[in-house]
Amino acid sequence: MNILVLSGSNVGNKTAIASKSVFDAIKNRYGAEHNIQFIDLKEKEMQFSDGRNYLDYTGDTKEVTQQIMDADILFFGTPIFQASIPASLKNLFDLLPQNALRNKTSSILTTAGSNMHFLVPEQQLKPILGYMKANVVPNYVYILDTDFDKDTIYNDDIHFRIQKLVEDTLILARAYKEIQRQEEEAYGF
Amino acid sequence: MEQSRILPEIDQSKGMEFGLYTLGDHLPNPHTGKRISAQQRIKEIIETAVLAEEAGLDTFQIGESHQDSFISQAHMIILSAIAQATDSIKLSSGATIISTSDPVRVFEDAATIDLISNGRIKIVAGRASRIGLFDLLGYDLNDYEGLFEEKFDLLLKINENEIVNWSGEYRPSLKNAHIIPRPDHPKGGLPIWRAVGGSYASAQKAGRIGVPMYQAHLGGPASEFKKPIDLYKETASAAGYQQNDLRIATAGFFFTDENKMDAFRAYYPHVNEGMKRTNGQGFPKQAFAHGQDYRSVINVGDPELIIEKILYQHELFGHHRYIAQLDFGGVPMEDIKRNIHIIGEKILPAIKKYTKK
Repeated sequence: MNILVLSGSNVGNKTAIASKSVFDAIKNRYGAEHNIQFIDLKEKEMQFSDGRNYLDYTGDTKEVTQQIMDADILFFGTPIFQASIPASLKNLFDLLPQNALRNKTSSILTTAGSNMHFLVPEQQLKPILGYMKANVVPNYVYILDTDFDKDTIYNDDIHFRIQKLVEDTLILARAYKEIQRQEEEAYGF
Repeated sequence: MEQSRILPEIDQSKGMEFGLYTLGDHLPNPHTGKRISAQQRIKEIIETAVLAEEAGLDTFQIGESHQDSFISQAHMIILSAIAQATDSIKLSSGATIISTSDPVRVFEDAATIDLISNGRIKIVAGRASRIGLFDLLGYDLNDYEGLFEEKFDLLLKINENEIVNWSGEYRPSLKNAHIIPRPDHPKGGLPIWRAVGGSYASAQKAGRIGVPMYQAHLGGPASEFKKPIDLYKETASAAGYQQNDLRIATAGFFFTDENKMDAFRAYYPHVNEGMKRTNGQGFPKQAFAHGQDYRSVINVGDPELIIEKILYQHELFGHHRYIAQLDFGGVPMEDIKRNIHIIGEKILPAIKKYTKK
């Protein structure tokens, strides 16, 4: 399967660090079986969505949207800005077709400055993923500023939770794909 | 009461009209991986129209597209060739992208085809689902809505007046402009339909000005597509148009075979691969499989299932014309021929019999 880990922030570095550890955790555990990619939106020049079909964009915008469309599993890393997801990540969703995440399994990890925002991914990000038809892993990993030290995740518990998130995501994706395959075979065409 | 627009002549005593349309896509046949030449594709489209006429179908329609994997950039020229190759089948553009065209030129071209074809051409005007042609032809995508509304209005004005005085934002003014040739029609104009792609606002606008509405469907329950049609009818009524003066056409995927599952097996890869290339997303197999239910709007299956579906859709929509897209995604000519044969032999007679008024 095509697995894409995406850091959805265009500022700071904690979301990218956390997303990179998800990427490493997948590589360690499932690297041989799947095609795993990492995108940091901070390194991309993204256009604002103007409603066109994603195929009609060019440059980084086309490349990133195409990688999302090609993925079977998506991990979205997001910081919390103003009690919601950052504009860079929302713009990415706006660039995609309405049903872009259909048949894809999506998972969330969040970096935040305080526990006060714990329900933001639940109430702000999950409705978008659901609207776009993703199969969303129910739990997510929520990481605080205090869990980081320079450019690493210092709190070892977070690594443990990330490993579980990766495992949960792959279980959901593999189960869904297999049953979908069986159903489609039964259609008889 | 508002005066009615120039209406397409549809004789309801003979039942609902049945037509074919092609977007002029030029894609490989997914069963073989091979793609015919652009020249062969254009010639096969002309041949398809001739076969449709021979089988007794009512209309043949070609859409305009300027993106890769299409050959229908000059769709009016292909329609002109079809006008010369046929005698009685009604012809239509569908859709002509009016936003990025000059309405004067569109009218001149269509009126000329009207004279060549002895009054058989109609225009379906739309606004493009892909937007590459805005760059290609020098238009600003920010004007997407404005361009369409203004140019569609101008096209209607030219159609209903031989001498035109007009000024707008996106085209130089017309001062006592004499727009000729005039079509061979009592009112001197052509039936012009508004293409609606499932947007409620667009259906409402068609109703507000009382133009015929052409609605294209991809997939899903037929009942969902009734809602914009109802809104069109209600809006037209409120604007003072008579229900009798409204015309509705629907269009969507169609494929038939004597064996139901053979139809699904043959057409699914064309639709799925074709959508991936032209739209960036395949067609979900589940949604296609649901096409076996009479409530799904995709008209794929054996002739009996298709007849049941079209009649059910007619009950819902009250449409005057159904237009089948059976050549999408590299369908080979032999399959197109077999489809037309089955339509003419089985489907058309049944549809006509049960829908005539």
